[in-house]
Amino acid sequence: MGSLLQVVFDALALGSLYALAALGIALIFGVMRLVNFAHGDVIAFCVFALLWPSTDAVAVVFAGNLPWFLLIPLVLAVGAALSVLSELVVFRRFRRANPATMMIASFALGFVIRYFLLMLYSSRPKSISLLPALSQPIEIFGARIPLLQLITILVTIAVLFGLTAFLRRTRFGLEMRAAAENFTMARMLGVRANRVIMGAFALSGALAGAIALILGSQTGTANITMGANVMLMAFIATVIGGMGSLAGAVIAGFLLGSIATVMQVILPPDARAFRDAFVYGAVILVLIFRPQGLLSARGAKERV
Amino acid sequence: MSLLTLSNVSVRYGRLTAVRGVSFSLAEGEVLFITGPNGAGKSSLLRAIAGVTPPAGGRIDFEGHDITGRAPEDIARLGLSMVPEGRDVFGGLTIEENLLVGTGMHAAERGWRARAASELEAVYATFPILKDRRHAQAGLLSGGQQQMLVIGRALMTNPRLVAIDEPSLGLAPNITDQVYERLIALRAERKLTLLIVEQSSTRAMLVGGRMMLMRGGEILLDGDARALGQSEAMQAAYFGYGEH
Repeated sequence: MGSLLQVVFDALALGSLYALAALGIALIFGVMRLVNFAHGDVIAFCVFALLWPSTDAVAVVFAGNLPWFLLIPLVLAVGAALSVLSELVVFRRFRRANPATMMIASFALGFVIRYFLLMLYSSRPKSISLLPALSQPIEIFGARIPLLQLITILVTIAVLFGLTAFLRRTRFGLEMRAAAENFTMARMLGVRANRVIMGAFALSGALAGAIALILGSQTGTANITMGANVMLMAFIATVIGGMGSLAGAVIAGFLLGSIATVMQVILPPDARAFRDAFVYGAVILVLIFRPQGLLSARGAKERV
Repeated sequence: MSLLTLSNVSVRYGRLTAVRGVSFSLAEGEVLFITGPNGAGKSSLLRAIAGVTPPAGGRIDFEGHDITGRAPEDIARLGLSMVPEGRDVFGGLTIEENLLVGTGMHAAERGWRARAASELEAVYATFPILKDRRHAQAGLLSGGQQQMLVIGRALMTNPRLVAIDEPSLGLAPNITDQVYERLIALRAERKLTLLIVEQSSTRAMLVGGRMMLMRGGEILLDGDARALGQSEAMQAAYFGYGEH
């Protein structure tokens, strides 16, 4: 019982991380058909923004010492700001380019962010202690669940509800949903393209900030490549979910998290090192039977 | 006073020229039909006017503003509402949400919410079927209902000029009759200026107004819809007799 519950929580916590990241990618893809591969580097940037620039192994935490009610908004704002900045400086110029060109531009931007971090902080992973109170375990029905896991899951649920309410109930959310279905038509109804796209980038960046907080407190290290693995899984989740479908991205994120966790448990110890190969095998299976993704986005029409 | 003026407008897609130096002006309150065979450049012309495909040359003026090459949202905000071909409803949004998308352009004005609500009631009064199904997903509507929805949606922005691309496309004739009936009534009610693209001239002859014939990216004829529709010149120009 206790160990089963443990697996469920592990799966949900890992799935949450993937779901939040996939949502950040799907939001931008929905409005401008851009797969933003720089998303992972935005996550890493958000973690490093809390540290004082230095090449030492032990990080000099600076903003990370703030109380949580200041720390959290700060990190979300850093993510949103960097994301909006990348739209203004880079992606705006590629709006009329084809999706492959935009994707390559996003790779380039990712490298720029990563090497900027490398320059200031070196490539050595740094140990940080972010929100240390959260690493204590709590006991639920005999399972020892780290408090952070529980909070990760609760935060993700809150974010999902908040985002749904935002998209369904607000003027801006309505414009975003219309633009995601048919950007040209939305513009012909007076919806401002720049506003909607900047909004999508801001939301996506704030989500990257949330992931940075979770990853930073979970692993206790800051590493300039720390966003890469999450980004890869999140990208796969958006593909499985049906490109541009927000609900699909979230479901697929949780699905991937569950598959990875279950594989970790059921695979014989010798095969565990190859866990990811089995996970990607499952991905291939999904795509063979549903090449359009689990939930294909409605009216995924050409963008302007 | 002329509401819309095109001077020497051309549209190109790569090396292909779809519209060649078209000039005309449209007076306030006028109904203008642009007819012509497939590939005449009618839709390209509308897309250029709406700012979706910026013209390669020439100049477009709307209400005294030069709108050449302006963004579609800016042109819409000046009061030129476009209903594109193929009824682009937002299928995943409800009918009411579809109608409300366009009201955001007035969000900076005072009392816009109240005005949007009364505008919504006005559209529902014109198209009662939309009110009955206001919370249904727009993608589930029939073709005729979708056509009414996109016309209603264009009206929600309170436009001066509505440009409609092939409102009869894919509709049964009696449904097309209904759509036109509403359009003509709306025109009288709201003093709208209408620019309607249709392949055939029969609808223009029924409704009346002004008609232009477009072919090969150029305007060949321009005159009264009924007189022109019956003329032999129209037939000849439509099918291109005597050119080969």
